[in-house]
Amino acid sequence: MSTKNVKDAYQFKHKHILGIEQLSVADIFHILDTAISFKEISSRSIKKVPTLKGKTIINFFFEPSTRTRLSFEIAAKRMSADTFNIAASTSSATKGETLIDTARNLQAMNPDTIIVRHGSSGAPGLLARHVEASIINAGDGTHEHPSQALLDMMTVREHRGTVEGLKIAIVGDIAHSRVAHSDILGFTKLGAEVRVAGPETFMVPGLDALGARVCGSIVEAVTDADVVMALRIQRERQDDPLIPSLREYSQFYGINHNLLQKHARPDVLVMHPGPINRGVEMNPDVADGKGSVILEQVTNGVAVRMALLYLVMGREGGRG
Amino acid sequence: MTTVNRLILQNGRLLDPVTGVDAKGDLWVEDGVIVPAQKEIPENSEVYDVHGKWIVPGLIDMHVHLREPGEEYKETIKSGTRAAAAGGFTAVACMPNTTPVNDCASVTQFITKAATREGSARVYPVGAISKGSKGAGLAEYGELRQAGAVAVSDDGLPVLDSQLMRRAMQYAGSHDLLVISHSEEMALSRNGSMNEGVVSTRLGLRGIPAAAEAIMVYREIALAELTGQRIHIAHVSTGAAAELIAQAKARGVRVTAETAPHYFTLTDEAVGDYNTNAKMNPPLRTEKDRQAIRKGLQDGTFDAIATDHAPHSVLEKELEFDRAANGVIGLETSLSLSLALVRDGVIGALRMVELMSSAPARILQVEGGTIAQGNVADITVIDPEKRYVFTEDSILSKGKNSPFLDWELQGKAVLTVMGGRITHNELT
Repeated sequence: MSTKNVKDAYQFKHKHILGIEQLSVADIFHILDTAISFKEISSRSIKKVPTLKGKTIINFFFEPSTRTRLSFEIAAKRMSADTFNIAASTSSATKGETLIDTARNLQAMNPDTIIVRHGSSGAPGLLARHVEASIINAGDGTHEHPSQALLDMMTVREHRGTVEGLKIAIVGDIAHSRVAHSDILGFTKLGAEVRVAGPETFMVPGLDALGARVCGSIVEAVTDADVVMALRIQRERQDDPLIPSLREYSQFYGINHNLLQKHARPDVLVMHPGPINRGVEMNPDVADGKGSVILEQVTNGVAVRMALLYLVMGREGGRG
Repeated sequence: MTTVNRLILQNGRLLDPVTGVDAKGDLWVEDGVIVPAQKEIPENSEVYDVHGKWIVPGLIDMHVHLREPGEEYKETIKSGTRAAAAGGFTAVACMPNTTPVNDCASVTQFITKAATREGSARVYPVGAISKGSKGAGLAEYGELRQAGAVAVSDDGLPVLDSQLMRRAMQYAGSHDLLVISHSEEMALSRNGSMNEGVVSTRLGLRGIPAAAEAIMVYREIALAELTGQRIHIAHVSTGAAAELIAQAKARGVRVTAETAPHYFTLTDEAVGDYNTNAKMNPPLRTEKDRQAIRKGLQDGTFDAIATDHAPHSVLEKELEFDRAANGVIGLETSLSLSLALVRDGVIGALRMVELMSSAPARILQVEGGTIAQGNVADITVIDPEKRYVFTEDSILSKGKNSPFLDWELQGKAVLTVMGGRITHNELT
């Protein structure tokens, strides 16, 4: 069987996008290829196609989010779907309704897809078991953030042509980062070496079991790295002090120009899932420097989310 | 439920760890007491041929939650003891974390009266260590003891104040009460919802390290040494804690310990895809811990198998994992899971009966634990071969929160007798 035939035979079969863990390499490539085909739409003067016309998408955000919610909303609207937003503060969760009851009520309004962000790991999976609609995980607890990892993979692939064999360093609060979790799973599935580094208080056991190489120092992590990704220090999610001060953190773990110039590959890509604490996890000279693809990540985010919406809703024959 | 004047069990395998008996024979019960066998079977006798089955002292579960008073929608004394009888238990000790907390004579009496009125098993109330289990100020142990409490514990919560725990052991000693410790260093376990390890990282759940248990177990041992009093460590889940207990026992500290079937049967992998029926505190640990727990049952580190039977309704369990309640039911699966240890060659049959009956009786200083003549007729007949699928429909507890749902299990209590009264019967 030729490569082309294999590709032709492939079918995307996922009703839900709960995490990178459930996606195969073929699924990931298919999503990224689909995203590339959709990316062009966003550069047109009329940024709208009728692909998902008549489809109903609910953005169900239990946690504050600006960019992910907006990215999904733009993606949906560029494909002509109808979108509705619910935030935790306005939902019945504040009145004591359980997540499952809320989901059943939403289901009664027959949405096609519910995009969920939730502070509890596993919450999107719980919803998926109780509703008919497709569920897309837009970040759950410290578990996964699959669309972010997919846009990261898309960005790296666009710049390097491939992900296989690359050395990718992820620096910072690995323990609290669902982005890091999904990135480790995704990049290693595609054959990259993922290294993680940060103070020990930012680490959790079993990162190696996920596929990451746990580095003892930031220098070890960025040495010969093709990609360096800094994670945001999630001050809002830390109920116990993991670092003494932001000042000290930036001094020892902040990504700066000298560090990259000295140790990383000259054409290193600099990434960040945003929003950046400038001067803390990343210096402005790096965030705005020549290797920075941070804003491309945002652009690709829309394309990836268009692809995900298309794929989960298209699977029931509703394409076109 | 029937009461017979005379009950005769024939041709069973009699197992009694107290007398060391392991022999084929008959057991006669008259007026609630075990009596010598006679040549002729009198009229009005209820006779069972229990060939191939074990006749053992009634099983005693020294750690259950009956939820009454206060949370009767989860369990009542009636439903909980019914589940106990079905699981082969003739007695249970119930933890005080009810609403209100069992920290005074009136609550203790409420429990003992309800148990006498509608219980299918003996119920031994455990009083609170501290008033309201709030960790400040001792409860009134003398009064609790008089009302029927056999032990004190703030189970569900550790006693964080070490001085208070020291005083509790000393004062409980004065009233001949056992202190049962829920050993958990809260600063380490706070916000955790499962064992800290590879699985918690994969699932993105906040972990509870094994050290959270070991640290507090060591404190309890140190306080038992300081005071010279008894301490019982509840629901041990880790190899580290088992090791500390074994060392303490070796140097003569008055420490006893229990573990639960889920800790020697499952690991944290059972959480699977956020299965809240595998959420409990302490959490399921690693395979290494599971093996250490099995070894501890074998070598005498553990004195007892208890279930920590913790019924919850779907209201507490059908939730996001980190928001779901801790706890699993256990009364109706404990015997089957413990029998697996015997089949696996981890422990012998006599040792299993000791862990599930004689030792709990000894530790709690209550009747039962032996089928020697002249003793109360608390008896369990076990069919070690009986196979069944543990389904939600078959559960007598109000709680259905078991990680063993739909498991095929082997070995079951087929007759449970409490004081000569049959409380569970699968023989007829």
